[in-house]
Amino acid sequence: MEINKNLDGSKLTVALSGRLDTTTAPVFEKELKESLNGVNDLTLDFSGLEYISSAGLRVLLSAQKLLNASKGTMKITGANEIVKEIFEVTGFSDILTIE
Amino acid sequence: MADDNEALISDEIELDAQTENLPSVIEFVETFLDRVSCPMKSMMQISVAVDEIFTNISSYAYHSGIGKAKIYLAQLTDPRAVQLTFIDSGVPYDPLAKEDPDVTLSASERQIGGLGIFMAKKLMDEVKYEYRDGKNILRMKKYL
Repeated sequence: MEINKNLDGSKLTVALSGRLDTTTAPVFEKELKESLNGVNDLTLDFSGLEYISSAGLRVLLSAQKLLNASKGTMKITGANEIVKEIFEVTGFSDILTIE
Repeated sequence: MADDNEALISDEIELDAQTENLPSVIEFVETFLDRVSCPMKSMMQISVAVDEIFTNISSYAYHSGIGKAKIYLAQLTDPRAVQLTFIDSGVPYDPLAKEDPDVTLSASERQIGGLGIFMAKKLMDEVKYEYRDGKNILRMKKYL
């Protein structure tokens, strides 16, 4: 998995490529936690993401809760068919903003 | 380890049930799926299910100790499918006995526990569990 971050004031874009699974989710979680201070507009660019497992969903849920608590926004862009299917069956499509 | 129809191509691996071994498991499974010309979409769905099942076994089967997990893969015909069988000798545990998580709850009410096995059930066409001869046997099938 590769993580690319771009911070512009309080707006953070994180582009992920590869797989967000049991092995890589802790790395993503750590990167995200280190970068979210002062961020109120988070975009997760998933155009390079192959798939996501429940470990990845857990990180997305905690990020969404953080942004909800600070009245910020979080959105996911570029998710492929597999990732979207997983968001659908788990009900995450109702919790997250997916563009 | 085929059930009702004969396996054309099969393979197996045995390794310590530890999450550090997940990349090796995924590689083993995807190499096999390539051999049987599994479409990319099905391969990704199977890989997610394998991640969830192997992670579950690694986390719960042997508590804090280290034990083995065996994985058998088989290509089936009529109808064409792949069958993945996970076997461990850990504590008896039927992951299918657990109630499905409520996927309609809001972010603040959401629980992640149980989501992995639920995803495996949704992504695969069949998931069955049995406890036999001191072993947990989880068998999943995906039609190709």
